[in-house]
Amino acid sequence: MKTSKVRFLLNNDDVVIENIDPNLTVLQYLREIQFKSGTKEGCASGDCGACTVVLAELDENKPDQLNYKSINSCITFVGSLHGKQLITVEDLKDGAKLHHAQQTIVDNHGSQCGFCTPGFVMSSFALHKHNQTPSRSDVLEALAGNLCRCTGYRSIIEAAITANKSTEQDSFAQHYQQTLCKLIELQKLPKPALSGNNHDFISPKNIAELAYELTSEPNSTLVAGGTDLALSVTQNLATIDKLVYVGNVKELTNMTETEAEIIIGSALPYSKFIDTLHHYYPELGDMIERIGSKQVRNTGTLGGNVGNASPIGDMPPALIALGASMTLHLNGEERTILVEDYFVDYKKTVLKPSEFIKSIQIPKPVTGQTLKLYKISKRIDDDISAVLAAFFIEQDGGGKITNVRLAFGGMAGIPKRASATEQALQGKSLNKESVAEAKLALATDFQPMSDVRASDKYRMTVAQNLIEKCYLELQNKTIETRVMNYA
Amino acid sequence: MRSLIKVSSSSPSQTELKQGQANVGLGGVGRSKKHESADKQVAGEAIYVDDRPSLRGELHAAVGQSTQAHANIISMDLSAVKAAEGVIKVITVDDVPGHTDIGPVFPGDPVLAIGKVEYIGQPIFAVAATSYDLARKAVTLAKIEYQELESVLTVKDALAKQNFVRPPATMKRGDSDSAIAKAPHQLSGEIMVGGQEHMYLEGQVSTAEPTEDGGMNIFTSSQHPSEVQKLVAEVLDIPLNKVLVDMRRMGGGFGGKETQAAPWACIAALLANETKRPVKFKLGRMDDMVMTGKRHPFENNYTVGFDDKGQIKGINIEVNGNCGYSPDLSDAIVDRAMFHSDNAYFLDQAKVTGNRCKLNTVSHTAYRGFGGPQGMMTIEMVMDAIARHLGKDPLDIRKVNLYGEQGRDETHYHQTVEHNNLAEIISTLEESSDYQARRKAITKFNQESSILKKGIALTPVKFGISFTAQHLNQAGALVHVYTDGTIHLSHGGTEMGQGLNTKVAQIVAEEFQVDVDTVASSSARTDKVPNSSPTAASSGTDLNGKAAEAAAKIIKQRLIDFACETYQVTAEQVSFANSQVLVGEHMFSFAEFAQMAYMARVSLSSTGFYKTPKIHFDRATGKGRPFFYYATGASVSEVIIDTLTGEYKTLRTDILQDVGHSINPAIDIGQIEGAFVQGMGWLTTEELVWNEQGRLLSNNPATYKIPAINDAPEDFRVALLPDAPNREHTIYNSKAVGEPPFMLGMSVWSALKDAIASVADYKVSPALDTPATPERVLWAVEALKADGKG
Repeated sequence: MKTSKVRFLLNNDDVVIENIDPNLTVLQYLREIQFKSGTKEGCASGDCGACTVVLAELDENKPDQLNYKSINSCITFVGSLHGKQLITVEDLKDGAKLHHAQQTIVDNHGSQCGFCTPGFVMSSFALHKHNQTPSRSDVLEALAGNLCRCTGYRSIIEAAITANKSTEQDSFAQHYQQTLCKLIELQKLPKPALSGNNHDFISPKNIAELAYELTSEPNSTLVAGGTDLALSVTQNLATIDKLVYVGNVKELTNMTETEAEIIIGSALPYSKFIDTLHHYYPELGDMIERIGSKQVRNTGTLGGNVGNASPIGDMPPALIALGASMTLHLNGEERTILVEDYFVDYKKTVLKPSEFIKSIQIPKPVTGQTLKLYKISKRIDDDISAVLAAFFIEQDGGGKITNVRLAFGGMAGIPKRASATEQALQGKSLNKESVAEAKLALATDFQPMSDVRASDKYRMTVAQNLIEKCYLELQNKTIETRVMNYA
Repeated sequence: MRSLIKVSSSSPSQTELKQGQANVGLGGVGRSKKHESADKQVAGEAIYVDDRPSLRGELHAAVGQSTQAHANIISMDLSAVKAAEGVIKVITVDDVPGHTDIGPVFPGDPVLAIGKVEYIGQPIFAVAATSYDLARKAVTLAKIEYQELESVLTVKDALAKQNFVRPPATMKRGDSDSAIAKAPHQLSGEIMVGGQEHMYLEGQVSTAEPTEDGGMNIFTSSQHPSEVQKLVAEVLDIPLNKVLVDMRRMGGGFGGKETQAAPWACIAALLANETKRPVKFKLGRMDDMVMTGKRHPFENNYTVGFDDKGQIKGINIEVNGNCGYSPDLSDAIVDRAMFHSDNAYFLDQAKVTGNRCKLNTVSHTAYRGFGGPQGMMTIEMVMDAIARHLGKDPLDIRKVNLYGEQGRDETHYHQTVEHNNLAEIISTLEESSDYQARRKAITKFNQESSILKKGIALTPVKFGISFTAQHLNQAGALVHVYTDGTIHLSHGGTEMGQGLNTKVAQIVAEEFQVDVDTVASSSARTDKVPNSSPTAASSGTDLNGKAAEAAAKIIKQRLIDFACETYQVTAEQVSFANSQVLVGEHMFSFAEFAQMAYMARVSLSSTGFYKTPKIHFDRATGKGRPFFYYATGASVSEVIIDTLTGEYKTLRTDILQDVGHSINPAIDIGQIEGAFVQGMGWLTTEELVWNEQGRLLSNNPATYKIPAINDAPEDFRVALLPDAPNREHTIYNSKAVGEPPFMLGMSVWSALKDAIASVADYKVSPALDTPATPERVLWAVEALKADGKG
């Protein structure tokens, strides 16, 4: 009989778990099994950040370096802790002394009811580990996934800015080498797995192992960050029989570049590729910063965002507009298709049983090309888009459009190109007339729906207006058009 | 033991004096003491109800919910629920030994459905199971047959059918109809004001533990422990003295745990009583959002008459509160909407009517401001409308309508507005925020910027302080001084993050002139301070601070008497300073003196009591003085909007708030900032959406968006009005701060309208219902653009 174990560090303690239902979240594990109640449940859906904990893990490229990342423990399955150090709010104090991420919140009167506070402390702590001199905008980016209903945030922002200016070594810095050695040891252990309550979790380490798992048990559920999947357990009370975790699959968690493409492993979290994409496509980088929250971007993946085929995912329209492709793997066989061709119908894709997404290839920009991205939502941070518009336009020297891809999210049952609108623009120059025609054509491309986020009418009007906005921005590069960037 | 120390002339340092406002003593009233739980909160050591170690044999509760907005229950098959894994007990209303109705003021709230359901989500039956997950899974297995009844799901429908939870009421001053008719200008309009989910970060939770004598200990997250005690006793049919409620802290309340915490405590108690095991009932976030009441949505309208200056001569206002299916606190909430229909302005001849509409949704409830905010929105809309009509800056219209001297100082409910400082607050803020220069800069920006437009608005708030139900304006406290000089403090108020325990401890420490760290507060417990009022209506410090002060004064007087007797000095020769007691020539540490008093058999424990003076109100005539005083403040917000998408951002907010003589400036500023952002959220991104069947669609934080960190104003400047002690004799002449600044968020809404108005050259006041989501802002822009073309 094979032994099913997952090993990780709970702060400095080596922990082995077995015979635990792998549907258990890290938050439940902490509160119900470890009796550590400092980490709070605010929503159990990854929307409030009260449950934020920090994971330290080995950097895949620099083996002598630890990365500290904030995650939502409420939507992270316990099995994915394997090989990592789990740090909670209780671990930050050094004896009786508060960590500066804690002390500065006290000093700035940044806690009122205190229920969100452990989450803010952990997000601030994670930021501090990577950025000793954060700007205000760095702080906002790091804390945007933590909701506070009491303070109005000003005091917390000030606390986080000052916390990170501390030069004092904390206990984690003191134990750095020790932690590093322990985690390296854990990496050497064979394939982690967990079984309990007749449910299984397995974490393959390479693509062959992954393909084997999926072929031998086609009904397995793939999980990467779990930021969507875990909601089926915490909110819809489902149980998953077999979880196959792809976060440790070597070939799926790296990023490479060729002359023409950026190749992103499907299980690589956003936070690992956002800088690269920002470098090539600044608007794309800015948009990704508004996908979910820091915690979600630290675990959520491109493979997940594309793979679950949600009509309101933000990356698919961007990838479609960019002409990105994806490589699918089925038991040793690989095929590459356009991202655009992946989506068949609402939540239906061309993916075959046991097949999985290996990577996504994004073409690098070429002169004469423009990418414009617009994310429209009720709230700036951590909100699902009502409409996501991605416009890719190639113009010749005379301004004539030679190639155009306009892709939208939130406008149909799948992320989709506006083909009639594209046709209205193809071969023309951008001017009032062509834009007006394009806006009219858009109404024939989509019949959006009304839901809790927006009405059908708003979706259509705003989508049409975004075409106009794109035109105005291209006409006049200095014009102020975005409230999000306005300062 | 006893030692005599020479008097030293030590006094608080100058720096400390500067940090506070006036009369700062060691006790720390006036100083920015940190929140008493701050160190524990940041370390994850502060214990909330769900963090308590589980009790032996503890079970977990869940309830089966109605899937119909209005229906008779034809049959209920709970066999699968009973057979489900982990289920120990299933109960329906038939298993309730005592009262089945737990309406807090008026009946109408069955603890579990009695034959019919009146909203989607209404609890029908309850389960106790061995785990939280198993309980939640089990309740989904019920088979319930309904006979659908006609449901009322809009305010308009309720008005048409006169479907009310309580009768309408009117407040009236003079003859508004003829004043409006005679006025040079008339306008009318209507507005829909959205509700609001409390979204306290800690959801509803209670644990019930049966006691040896058939009673129940309840650990709950509630703003009203005494009401939980009463309702638990009533549903169990046992006397109040067998129920103990313990409330250490809440992870946020905002009114959402005033009445809404009790049902879950009652259900936990019923299940605990049946199983003789402790039962915890924690609502998951979605269940919490579906099953607990929210801020009342309102639909209001007005007709106003005004002169060429823009001064109101007469006005009729109708406020229609969507109360949901039961009265709950709606009578008082719609009353407060009516009281605050004037906000800061003299209405002259006025008639205000309030309807309490009954809809088949969850019963709406207390929420910070308690109807006041919804009432104020109408008159602020009127200010903007008058301004655009006359081509003036809305600020000028607001100023010209403020309450003033005699003749312009009586409200529509006939209370005289005394000590009104809003003119001063507004002019100070206008100056400090550079309003006029920014107004000019914005006009210029809007002329040059085609897509993005800016707006600015300054709005005041005048908020009445006191429960409008007179009997609630009372509080008790219990203070113990121990023989080592440390103090234990209990009061009837509950700590929900607002810093009440910190402030009340400061007050007690101040009385004895000891370090505030020697004053410990623990849970609010019904066996320590009985018959307490809810911690609500911004009254926590006003009431409990006075009660605790009274208790401390009694003990202090006993110590003084003891000193006089023992050392043959007069009372004037006894003083308390720097943790010491000075008795004539002798000086003792406070601890020593407490020990001496104990040895001399002096009681070192006392209760204290307070009731608010001066207040009265007659609902039948709509006349009286419901409020002890008014809390005032004003804010200026500047926003930028995108006229192509409706997206927006708050660029800067300046606030000047009168908190009287602040007991703790840091805590007060925290309350103001937090209230403002919450008020702004209510009016902008926080949208409650029900579908046509009455199902709440915005039922989780993924679909209901409270402000996140980027929504807080980029430039956020909050100041307390200096040197402004409350002229009424409140505790240390402070003023209440919990609710008043919530309504300062109206400046953001008005600024959005200002930005929108720019697209039609400020000639039209845009209609902008709330929440002003990007979608609503875009429609308002498009409406004005269409106007311009036509």
